[in-house]
Amino acid sequence: MFNPDIIKPENLVYKRTNVLTDAVMHYCPGCGHGTIHRIIAEVIEEMGIQDKAICIAPVGCSVLAYNYFNVDSLGAAHGRAPAIASAIQRLHPNHHTFTYQGDGDLAAIGTGETIHACNRGENIVIIFVNNGIYGMTGGQMAPTTLLGMKTATTPYGRCVELNGYPLQITELLADLPGTYYVTRQSVQTPAAVRKAKKAIRQAFENQKNHKGTSFVEILSNCNSGWKKTPVEANKWMEENMMAKYVPGDIKVDGVKVR
Amino acid sequence: MAIKGAIVIDTERCKGCSVCVGACPNQVIALSKNVNGKGYNYAEATKDDCIGCASCAMVCPDGVITVYKAKL
Ligand code: SF4
Ligand code: SF4
Repeated sequence: MFNPDIIKPENLVYKRTNVLTDAVMHYCPGCGHGTIHRIIAEVIEEMGIQDKAICIAPVGCSVLAYNYFNVDSLGAAHGRAPAIASAIQRLHPNHHTFTYQGDGDLAAIGTGETIHACNRGENIVIIFVNNGIYGMTGGQMAPTTLLGMKTATTPYGRCVELNGYPLQITELLADLPGTYYVTRQSVQTPAAVRKAKKAIRQAFENQKNHKGTSFVEILSNCNSGWKKTPVEANKWMEENMMAKYVPGDIKVDGVKVR
Repeated sequence: MAIKGAIVIDTERCKGCSVCVGACPNQVIALSKNVNGKGYNYAEATKDDCIGCASCAMVCPDGVITVYKAKL
C-alpha cells in the first residue's frame, strides 16, 4: 500500500456509486458493459433520480442488468424494451425510464420496436451498446458486425454477398423526427468514459424536460467474442469499429449536426 | 505543495483485465504475480507516483478502484 496516510474520507475523490448493487457482474474481464453500467448509475446518483429511474433490461449479455442497477427494473422480451419503456414512461411521465440494449437486441430482433418508439418520439432514454457481435450466445454475426469480421457464423469474415452490410441504425434513427438527441460514444479510455457519461447525462436531462427520444450508442469491446485480450480489443475497436461507427454527436436539440 | 494520490483496489473483485494499467498516466498499476480467490492476477499499485487523477477508476469495468487525493 502506497501513501496510506492520505486514505481518509476527506480525501476521497472517487468511489463506486451506491446506485450499483454489490453484486459482482457476470461480464467477462474488461468488457465495456461494466463501465457503461457504472456511468449510467453515476449519472442517476448525480441527478438525484434513483427513486424515479426505471431500467428496462434486454435479452443478451446484459439480460441481468436489473441485478446490478439499484433502481426499479423490468426485463423485456427480446428486442421489446423500447415498447415496454414507452408504456411505462407514459404512465409515469415524470420518471426516468431507460432501456439498456445490445446490438442483437436493438438492431436485429428489436428493430421494429426501436424505430417506432423513436418515430413516436417517446420520452425515453435508449442506451445502445454496440460491440458488433452476439456475445452471450457465442459470438455470432450481428447486424452491426463489420465487413470482413470473423464470427462464429461468418468464419471467413462477413461478406456483402452473403450477409449484407453492417447496419448503421443510429444514423437511421437520427433521420426520424421523434429523436431529439442522437449520439455515439465509447468507453475505452478515461477521456472517452467522461464524454460518454456527459452524453448520458444530456439524455436524462432531455427526458426531464420532456424533449422526446434520446438515443446514446456506446461502442464497447466484446473481447471474448472478438478473441482478443481486453486491451487489444479496445485498440482494435478504435482502429476498426470507429472507422465505420464514427463517434460524436449526430443530432443535438432535434437538429442533425452531421 | 505537492499533490499526492492513493488507490485502494478491491482485489477480490478485480478480474485482472489490465485496462486500468494502460490508463494510468504514471504507470502506477501492474498486475500482481499472485491471484485472488477467482484465480485472476489482480491489479495493484507498484509505486508511489499516484496523483489521484482517477483515470484508472474511470475505465475499470468492475468499479473496484477507490481513489484518494490530498495536497501535501
Ligand atoms: S488515480 Fe491516476 S495516477 Fe493514481 S493510479 Fe489511478 S490512474 Fe494512476
Ligand atoms: S480495470 Fe479493474 S478489474 Fe480490470 S485489472 Fe484494473 S482494477 Fe482489475
